[in-house]
Amino acid sequence: MFKRFANWMPGFWALLFLLVPIGGVATFVAAPYFDIWLPRDVSEHGHVIDGLFMFILYLTGIVFIVTELVLFYFMWKYSSKKTAAPVAYSHGSHSLEVVWTIIPAVTLLFIAIYQMDAWAASKMRAPEIPPTVEVTGRQFNWDFRYPGKDGELYTHDDVVRTDGKLYLPYGKEVLLKITSADVLHSFFLPNMRMKQDVVPGMEQSMWFKATAGGSYDIVCAELCGWGHYKMKGEVTFLPPDEFDAKLQELRSDADTMTVEVAETD
Amino acid sequence: MSTVPVDSAAASAGHAEHAHAGGFLRTYVFSLDHKIIGLQFLFSTLIWFIVGGLLALGVRWQLAYPWRPMPILGELVAQTEGGQIAPEVYTMLVTMHASVMIFFVIIPVLAGAFGNYLIPLMIGADDMAFPTLNMLSYWFMWPAFLAMGASFFVEGGASQGGWTAYPPFALTQGTGQALWLVGLTMVGISSMMGSVNYLTTIIQMRAPGMTMFRLPMTIWGMFITAVLQAFALPVLTAAGFMQMADLQLGTGFFIPDGWSANNAAAQSGGGQPLLWQHLFWFYSHPAVYIMILPAMGMVSDMLSCFARKPLFGYKPMVYSIAGIAGLGFVVWGHHMFVSGMNPALGMTFMVSTMMIALPSAIKTFNWLGTIWRGNLQFTTPMLFSLSFVSMFIIGGLSGIFMAATPVDIFIHDTYYIVAHFHYVLFAGTAMAVLGAIYFWFPKMFGRMMNDSWGKVHFFLSFVLMNCVFFPMHILGMQGFPRRLADPYHYGTFRHLLPLNQFMSWCAFLLVGVQIIFVINFFWSMFFGPRAGRNPWHANGLEWQAPSPPGHGNFDFQPMIYRGPYEYNSPEVDEDYYPQTQPPAEGAPAPPEAGH
Repeated sequence: MFKRFANWMPGFWALLFLLVPIGGVATFVAAPYFDIWLPRDVSEHGHVIDGLFMFILYLTGIVFIVTELVLFYFMWKYSSKKTAAPVAYSHGSHSLEVVWTIIPAVTLLFIAIYQMDAWAASKMRAPEIPPTVEVTGRQFNWDFRYPGKDGELYTHDDVVRTDGKLYLPYGKEVLLKITSADVLHSFFLPNMRMKQDVVPGMEQSMWFKATAGGSYDIVCAELCGWGHYKMKGEVTFLPPDEFDAKLQELRSDADTMTVEVAETD
Repeated sequence: MSTVPVDSAAASAGHAEHAHAGGFLRTYVFSLDHKIIGLQFLFSTLIWFIVGGLLALGVRWQLAYPWRPMPILGELVAQTEGGQIAPEVYTMLVTMHASVMIFFVIIPVLAGAFGNYLIPLMIGADDMAFPTLNMLSYWFMWPAFLAMGASFFVEGGASQGGWTAYPPFALTQGTGQALWLVGLTMVGISSMMGSVNYLTTIIQMRAPGMTMFRLPMTIWGMFITAVLQAFALPVLTAAGFMQMADLQLGTGFFIPDGWSANNAAAQSGGGQPLLWQHLFWFYSHPAVYIMILPAMGMVSDMLSCFARKPLFGYKPMVYSIAGIAGLGFVVWGHHMFVSGMNPALGMTFMVSTMMIALPSAIKTFNWLGTIWRGNLQFTTPMLFSLSFVSMFIIGGLSGIFMAATPVDIFIHDTYYIVAHFHYVLFAGTAMAVLGAIYFWFPKMFGRMMNDSWGKVHFFLSFVLMNCVFFPMHILGMQGFPRRLADPYHYGTFRHLLPLNQFMSWCAFLLVGVQIIFVINFFWSMFFGPRAGRNPWHANGLEWQAPSPPGHGNFDFQPMIYRGPYEYNSPEVDEDYYPQTQPPAEGAPAPPEAGH
């Protein structure tokens, strides 16, 4: 009885390892039905990054399935309890080594070179336009500085908002300047596929073009203190004309605020 | 079995002088014997493994039931109120879980425990080259243990700066951060003493006939690891001193101009926060390989032994390890793709990082080649080794996503990263270490561990571990960020709560089932069946020594005739051919390993 059970075990272990590729693929297949996937993309460049992600997912997925199945098959076939075939007294194969060195090397190099343009577009080719908004991360809030009546950032009439709500136009390129007032933060817009660490003493830039309206999360993605989890903001994309109107509104808010502050002092 | 050369009597007489008896303190506490020191490392790291695991439970509790008081364990964590995990406590748990697991468990268990125990035995030396230095390398861990342990109880608690301790935030931490830095420096000193010793021992003290290309892969893993440590550690130690100076002496290596925190006066600064990241990762990326190469070596040895077949592609395996080590020094920037580092550098680091996946792929294919047409024996250590291969495939492939810079923009600092390194470090290294304990336990204690309970332990760990870590990939796809005390503060992540609860329960069970291992370990130590010298019929030199080996290791003068992977050799009738067994009269010269 016990012996028969022991004879079944090698098959059992092989099947357990077969669960790895099955479970792995099932997880990714089932995820969208539970509304778990890449979040909605509302940027012009985001589909490139998503495309690269999916390309690597399929490529590594195939390698994953094949190697795990090979592992399963060898475990199934070459178990000492099941096979009477003599062991292959082999120390390796030079030609196989060459094959499985060159094929991954070429593939990996291809992936690396294939990505370069997307990287350069996202991080190296800043558009030559005046900055739309300055973003400042501080424990534990995102502050936004908009241009005042003169329409230029970094002048005396700039408007600073500390309510964590960012307004940007969609359908046109925007350029953000990002700084930190205290420690490291990371300005993460999941729906724009954009992330930039915020470093005190350094000015970072981020640029993108939103393609749709609506409000989306701003997430702090770098550990910045006990309140890191609540360093949440919201970005709202408006049509360009509504954005201009919103700027006007923010400016008049700022004017009122200035008067109130003067009185209470 | 004629594995003991004829002149063993004379040889053992030569070794008799080593077998001096000492008092309890000299024998078990301040021992110079590499085996005792290895076991000291093993027990210390296993205790910290439990501490690190419990810290992880706090993290998982908060992710499953945010702000709900944690039963039982919550009370134990310093500074919780009624077991509720406050956000600063959560940040501390995350920081200390990682710090403990990396600096007190994975690195010392590989290099300290197995490196110490196995190197002299596997190369045929009677001890390390510098026994006193070896003892100090263990005792320098204690200031680190005490500093980090004490930091839980000082005002402000243990560090909340993340295990990467990025300034300037880390500099806003008080005593906890200072103690963390002391701990880090002491671990570094200990590792440095160890690596100098391992390098010298492996180069100088190999037994006659033990050429470099007859070394087992375990030793190659330890050797390359020691090289990595020797060259990368000084940078981390220097960086640690610099951060300590910033923290305590008012310097500004990592502080920008005019910076101030907590409403203190602005500092003169003049430094750069990114400098720390460069220095830190210049060590800590090679450290990733320090945390996996010895495990790869041990897995290679176990796979070959239980496949009863020579290791496939010995030399390519050695060259891959060397390749990983070489490239390991030029990939650190991939931790900093979105840090604000010059994006042009991102491109070079992307290429080097993609290339480092290549030796890992070669190793995986060679492991598959090793079990191909073998005669697989599914013992507990074999199952752990096979699971290492299966899990390393996942951890290796998911690394390609983050090596691709545009994709990394999105997944950086999300759970995709958490999934990746847990597949490499837990599902990979930690499982390999458990397998290695089952494998070398008979040598260490002279008794076998219970195989059936070992398999139960393996089965439960394997299933639960995948339930904890695999879903992290899809969490990461959603953009679920790391290190958030309450991710559900974001409405967009609220639907991930049930999945996180499932993962947390699997994590609780995963920690719980390790009790099977603990009981098996201690029970077998005293009551397990006696093992004999070579219970697995393995080829390695260590299996020719008595179990456990006495002071001086060998009761004969080891003489090496071949590599350690001659299983099912046509030259002998048995399916194994120990490294010390002289070739039969008139037999053809043994083939050199690695063709």
